Amino acid sequence: MVIDDKMIDYIGELARLRLQENERESAKNEMNKIIDYMDTLNKIDTNGIEAMSHAFPVKNVFRKDEVKPSINREDLLLNAPDKSEEAFKVPKTFD
Amino acid sequence: MEFLTTMGLEVHCELSTKTKIFCSCSTEFGGEPNTHVCEVCTGMPGSLPVLNEQVVEYAIRTGIATNCTITQYNKFDRKNYFYPDLPKAYQVSQLYLPICQNGHIDIEVNGVKKAIRIKEIHMEEDAGKLIHDPWEDCTLVDYNRCGVPLLEIVSEPDFESGEEVIAYLTKLKSILQYIGVSDCKMEQGSLRADVNISVRPVGQKELGTRTEMKNINSFKAIARAIEGERQRQIDVIEDGGKVVQETRRWDDTKGMSYAMRSKENAQDYRYFPEPDLVPIEISDEWIERVKNSLPELPEEKKARYISEYNLPEYDVDIITGSKYLVRIFEGALEVCGEAKEVSNWIMGEVLRLASETSTEVEDIKFSPENLGKLIVLVKKKVINRNTAKEVFEKMFSENIEPEQYIKDNGLEMVNDDGAVLAVVKSVIEANPKAVAEFKGGSAKVKGFFVGQCMKQLKGKADPATVNKIIAEELEKL
Repeated sequence: MVIDDKMIDYIGELARLRLQENERESAKNEMNKIIDYMDTLNKIDTNGIEAMSHAFPVKNVFRKDEVKPSINREDLLLNAPDKSEEAFKVPKTFD
Repeated sequence: MEFLTTMGLEVHCELSTKTKIFCSCSTEFGGEPNTHVCEVCTGMPGSLPVLNEQVVEYAIRTGIATNCTITQYNKFDRKNYFYPDLPKAYQVSQLYLPICQNGHIDIEVNGVKKAIRIKEIHMEEDAGKLIHDPWEDCTLVDYNRCGVPLLEIVSEPDFESGEEVIAYLTKLKSILQYIGVSDCKMEQGSLRADVNISVRPVGQKELGTRTEMKNINSFKAIARAIEGERQRQIDVIEDGGKVVQETRRWDDTKGMSYAMRSKENAQDYRYFPEPDLVPIEISDEWIERVKNSLPELPEEKKARYISEYNLPEYDVDIITGSKYLVRIFEGALEVCGEAKEVSNWIMGEVLRLASETSTEVEDIKFSPENLGKLIVLVKKKVINRNTAKEVFEKMFSENIEPEQYIKDNGLEMVNDDGAVLAVVKSVIEANPKAVAEFKGGSAKVKGFFVGQCMKQLKGKADPATVNKIIAEELEKL
């Protein structure tokens, strides 16, 4: 797989990033390097090795179903770019 | 052209845990906006999720109750998309290894039994609520619901009619309520259904292009949405057009659906394994323990009620269809031991009053033991049936204790035949015209005497006794 202009635009759109021309070029180069590295990894024979999603042999980390206080609403909204007294405010959404 | 309809269902049910799936915030419905919220469920940088064990327990319970195989090695995946109801910009869900797989629920429509296959059930988190502010033309976001645990129950495309869909949902709802994993209140959004629907001309083998209908929040609306969308697709095909695969929103007040504005790329969720949560291993012992802790399920209960209490299948269907009616039935039965009587009260007065007062069965508040007591009081002839109905209305609205209420209001039946006889005599004496009619051969005038006597006795006599004494007295004339 090669990351071309079309692909970088698509990825940019999915990530909601507006890329400048020079940023596009460098992102393209970096991503192609990542893909190259994947190709290197793909050369390794992994037959008979089970796929893993985590590097550490840890499993079943649970929490008890007990309510703890939530955080203060004022604190929660403190860094919001826009807010009402009780909620985050965002540009109008559709659907 | 004749068309066949094929449907599949995705049901989202909010679990009734006390806390959210990945943090200790309360899941309580109806709190002030953004008060059940913390750094984890709003996706603040540096926060990490920790899984609520009860969610896994409830998922296993649901899987067993719907005949699924439990996936013993589980993990979570990220579903990436940008929308303000999801502050992390991804939803933690299960794509590759859902916790339950390959189950089925048996339904019956018009006497025909059918198994609806369940493809999978997976655990995920709910999103926040968006409220449009018409004054400022912006959207307000409330994250109280964000992170509330959900099970998504995905069926195979096994439905061929709206009735089958409703039968399945009714059954699923009652199972989820029985096993105590969800309260399934559609009006509060704790049970939501998306319907995938396609049509194809009779004779065509492969399925038609499907659309997904979202935003349907009552059984009646689901039936209407299915019929509306089925007809729309048929119209498109008959006009020579093609059905487009898309998500549509059903507007129940307008009775029509419309395509949701969605970007071309919106379906590219770029799932990947969730790195912040470790795998879950469910042991044989865990599954066995959950299996043994499951209560009697609707199907088993129905069979037992029919064989043990000899009740009509129709009544049993209704009662066992709701765990709340079962609670009333079993609670009252324990006190009075009269299954048929309890069943009749539920099918009659309980459901009548619930419907008249628009009370959902889960919100009925009288204590089942009191209904049992009331039945005993009728059986012992302390009160008659009509009085019992009046007392029950009071019980239904105010949960009064019947024995005390009857005593306080002097509603006991007049069981003294002498007192009844005195009233009968005075009524006969006071109505010579009616007596003359009776003598002239009019039998129906007897009813007039009964009415007058009951009126004087303030309805507190056993109608059978009054009838009998009147008949005897009239014979003597």
